[in-house]
Amino acid sequence: MSGNVIRTSPPHAGSTAYINARIVDPVADKEYVGAILISDGKIADFGPNLFASGAPYGIQSVDCGGLHLAPGIVDTRVHTGEPGEEHKETLESAGIAAAVGGITSLVLLPDNDPPFDDASLIEFVARRARQVKLTNMYAYGALTAGLEGKELAEIGLLSEVGAVAFTDADHSIGNAQVMRRALYYAKAFDALIVHVPQEPTLSGGSMTSGEMATRLGLSGSPPLAEVMMVERDIRLVEMTGGRLHLAKISTAESVAVIAAAKARGLRITCDTAAPYFALNDLAVGDYRTFGKLMPPLRAEKDRLAVVAGLKDGTIDAIVSDHRPQDQDSKRVPFAQALPGGIGLETLLPISLELVHNNDLTLPQLFQRLSSTPARLFNLPGGKLAKGAPADLVIFDTSYAWKIDRDELWSKTKNSPFDERPVQGRVMATIVGGRTIYRDDAFATEAAAA
Amino acid sequence: MLGIEGLSPETISGTVINLFFENSTRTRTSFEVAAKRLGSDVINMDVATSSVKKGETLLDTAMTLNAMRPDAIVVRHAESGAVNLLSQKVNCTVINAGDGQHEHPTQALLDALTIRRRRGSLQGLLVAICGDIMHSRVARSNIHLLQIMGARVRVVGPPTLMPTDIDRMGVEVHYNMKTGLKDVDIVMMLRLQTERMQGSFVPSISEYFRFFGLDHEKLKIAKPDALVMHPGPMNRGVEIDSEVADDLDRSIIHEQVEMGVAVRMACLDALIGGRRNSIGAAA
Repeated sequence: MSGNVIRTSPPHAGSTAYINARIVDPVADKEYVGAILISDGKIADFGPNLFASGAPYGIQSVDCGGLHLAPGIVDTRVHTGEPGEEHKETLESAGIAAAVGGITSLVLLPDNDPPFDDASLIEFVARRARQVKLTNMYAYGALTAGLEGKELAEIGLLSEVGAVAFTDADHSIGNAQVMRRALYYAKAFDALIVHVPQEPTLSGGSMTSGEMATRLGLSGSPPLAEVMMVERDIRLVEMTGGRLHLAKISTAESVAVIAAAKARGLRITCDTAAPYFALNDLAVGDYRTFGKLMPPLRAEKDRLAVVAGLKDGTIDAIVSDHRPQDQDSKRVPFAQALPGGIGLETLLPISLELVHNNDLTLPQLFQRLSSTPARLFNLPGGKLAKGAPADLVIFDTSYAWKIDRDELWSKTKNSPFDERPVQGRVMATIVGGRTIYRDDAFATEAAAA
Repeated sequence: MLGIEGLSPETISGTVINLFFENSTRTRTSFEVAAKRLGSDVINMDVATSSVKKGETLLDTAMTLNAMRPDAIVVRHAESGAVNLLSQKVNCTVINAGDGQHEHPTQALLDALTIRRRRGSLQGLLVAICGDIMHSRVARSNIHLLQIMGARVRVVGPPTLMPTDIDRMGVEVHYNMKTGLKDVDIVMMLRLQTERMQGSFVPSISEYFRFFGLDHEKLKIAKPDALVMHPGPMNRGVEIDSEVADDLDRSIIHEQVEMGVAVRMACLDALIGGRRNSIGAAA
């Protein structure tokens, strides 16, 4: 159950063939046994018939032994502690965790200290990502100055230096006028706005409202705090024509309202995070602070609605919502604990539960994990296409193991999935043709055919 | 053995620490009297509540006290679940003297004992718990215990002070005293915290008293021999009228306090005395 993160290998040059793989092509919505040829860090060719009789001489080839191969995961919701709280997570430790998790591109939330409301911070992240040399890293720009929800951040200038979308991270924009102007203004740059819809005046509780909160004596955030904000945002998108992506949808009502808005042809998209389709509020029983998330884990009926929303496509994408918290933030009474859970390394195995439970096919899962988020955020990768970056994940869907927080690579261990038995494991992660992670169980030093 | 029959030597030589992160003269004194009456040494620790890093203090304090090898720590804390968290860090007995809005188990035990002394049994009794249910650990512990003992429980109060889905705990919910007190055997009033009176949860003290305060007129709705309880300290003229509180025919509030010491003595002896021979003590 261990593997190697590889950072020393040179940029990919020449050609490598990955043969005998079960290829998952989310864009074509297909799964087949075949091969993929990588040249100079890009996908040169792929298909069921490629190298059907073995790779030609002169090309290094890797026999995948029937394992699955898919476009690497594009995780659009990752928080690290760099800069500001490096003891929780650095870009390097997050890069390692992402590599182990099969994530080939990630987008960093802007709620650091200082927040990413200045062009220099976006440039800093890009420079550090080049040094870390693992997963591709992009960054959000702040939507409002200081993430205070009052004045617009420099959306144009931040776009110019590479901010891929704009958000105030987990801070909801309570002021409708600010949100309206943000949606209008961002149109000038065709910028995507990402919003966690939670009515701030109602969502201050420690967990979701209901029987469990009542029994535990904890203050509750009602699920309605979410759908109220979803409905407001839908009206503002109608008014402004802005590009809005709602993040971390967690309630049945929200899924229904978004489905209706999409049916009317409104340009609105959304995601959910792995905890919201895999856990419910029972996970915080016994005051388990690792289960304290924002928004809070909801009731079972909400979880089922999120699964259904993923199934019918109402929910476009899945994110990890990786948020490291140290012991000092979590080993305190529940109401005082900071929300958030780590998720980079567990995203694929948890998401594969949707496949094992027959809710999604593998191509559908990788639409949610890879191709759709890449398209929405306008990122390279996330798909199999000739000329696309060779960002790939090789994984074993049948590998059974138990998540153990002490074996995770993240600097902090606050996984809401600790001790959960899962089925499926990343065997190798390839970014730009370069293998950045390889599990010990996956021997890639196959001889050239 | 100091002439106390049946008391184990471990209790008599024990050390009990009262660790109160939240002010409480009554409960702390009750535990202190109980422990001293049993012959244990008692140390009262007053912990400042204003500390910003309450959580750190909590676990640090727990480990420090644990190193001194007390037999029991009695803990009150303003946060739900804090006593549970602390208990994970120590290896002595921990008694919950009230955690946030979660539980206050010895209060429920003393309430049940008081009712049983007056009525012989709790089986089939109808108990109305009235007032600020939402923020009350007393209500939650009583809901659990009284139902286990065979009583039926109603909760009565304004909707803003009623926790979500409280009916899932098996209780009947009433938003007015007229229906809530009908035919009840026991009226248990709860304290309304001052900070919740002014506009946020209820409009004013006078409006609250008018509709939810217990006076003789409202008490008439209950059974003619219905008894009145209150965990204290009382806000006279807010949730209870002085005439009712001081009516010795109906109010058993002072008996609750008396039973509080008895119940806490029993808890301490069962938990400390039984420590080295728990099976024998339980049997």
